Amino acid sequence: MIEVVLPAHLRRLAEVDGSVQLEIDGAVTQRTVLDALEARYPMLEGTIRDHHTKKRRAFVRFFACKEDLSNESPDEPLPEEVASGKEPYLVVGAMAGG
Amino acid sequence: MLVGTRKGAFVLTSDGKRQDWTVDGPHFGGWEMYHVKGSPVNPDRIYASQTSGWFGQLIQRSDDGGKSWEPVGNKFTYEGEVGEHLWYDGTLRPWEWQRVWHLEPSLTDAETVYAGAEDAALFRSTDGGQNWGELTALRQHDSAPWWQPGAGGMCLHTIIQDPSNPQRMFIAISAAGAFRTDDGGESWTPINQGLNSEGIPDPDAKVGHCVHRIALHRSNPDVLYMQKHWDVMRSDNAGDSWVEVSGNLPSDFGFPIDVHAHEPETIYVVPIKSDSEHFPPDGKLRVYRSKTGGNEWEALTSGLPQSDCYVNVLRDAMAVDSLDECGIYFGTTGGQVYGSADGGDNWEPIVRDLPPVLSVEVQTLS
Repeated sequence: MIEVVLPAHLRRLAEVDGSVQLEIDGAVTQRTVLDALEARYPMLEGTIRDHHTKKRRAFVRFFACKEDLSNESPDEPLPEEVASGKEPYLVVGAMAGG
Repeated sequence: MLVGTRKGAFVLTSDGKRQDWTVDGPHFGGWEMYHVKGSPVNPDRIYASQTSGWFGQLIQRSDDGGKSWEPVGNKFTYEGEVGEHLWYDGTLRPWEWQRVWHLEPSLTDAETVYAGAEDAALFRSTDGGQNWGELTALRQHDSAPWWQPGAGGMCLHTIIQDPSNPQRMFIAISAAGAFRTDDGGESWTPINQGLNSEGIPDPDAKVGHCVHRIALHRSNPDVLYMQKHWDVMRSDNAGDSWVEVSGNLPSDFGFPIDVHAHEPETIYVVPIKSDSEHFPPDGKLRVYRSKTGGNEWEALTSGLPQSDCYVNVLRDAMAVDSLDECGIYFGTTGGQVYGSADGGDNWEPIVRDLPPVLSVEVQTLS
């Protein structure tokens, strides 16, 4: 089971409290996690990744195990700690503004 | 009253006296709510444009007059060849999606709604906002490569349906100008003859004008009123030509323009000092009313701050109700919403401390 932590705005949009638990069949990558997240919560489509290109929106970041994975390939396997559910996959609204 | 702000949407409610108001909100706190507007066919059906620099575009829909909301479709696609338009530095730049500035529900079908976008394009949904398709003929107009963004972005901010002709619609884009379709969006004609803009190389060019707002009265849809970047304009032939009606205004720069619900020649603007000083002249917040369709203007000041006021009133932030004695409402970038229950003679602040107001719409419910 993968644990995904969403920023507050997206938790409210998806009407979830706390983190999201996702079951992933096959490889656990950023792409498969986000695909599963959007399949469960279709209202999140377009808010994290562009609808068409599936690229990360500029002010959204992805963290896990104290690492910034935002610019890693979406098809690289996520760390074992994330795949095993020990550590969460964090979707973060980037700090921006004054 | 449906109020969109930089940090959420608010629903303000009163009875017909319009003296005591309740404030409900914020809905979607923290999000930019560019526009919230109800269907004239079913006033319980309300559409809202919810945007964020972080999380992009959402469209929200309410079926109970704004008490509850559900996100509907947010997939907006520039269809066909995306094309390029002029950028600030004179180079060409591809159309790039930013946000929905304006939602215009159909006059005849609660499931149909139009969306005006930045970068400029017109979209339509016929299933209550679930799916969106572009009316591509506008963005693919021959003049489109010469459109360029105003300071607020290249936004399609005004959509007006002709109540007497379902095939006719008017739109306006900053900074391309005004366009009209007479065939339901299959083709578009620039309607900018008579506009004169000193800020562009050819002041009377066919396109390139920074039109801020257009309004019409439903009983006389061939008469259009326009607040341009500078100049208040009037057309008596559905936009084929325009004449300036700024008359005795203290400044003819401004953003909103609106028409009295029952008097087609009574119009309202809020003069702003200049395009580099987005606040009222002399620190006095004054609505100006013309009862002659322009040229002759009177200042409406009763109840409005007449000193030290330096707010702006944005283009979508003025609306009128349709009660017997017409109510006029506007919101400011300082978070105040003012209302007049007597056609503008007297004003009162309805709420003072909202986030900067982006849009105001009014529903008159029976």
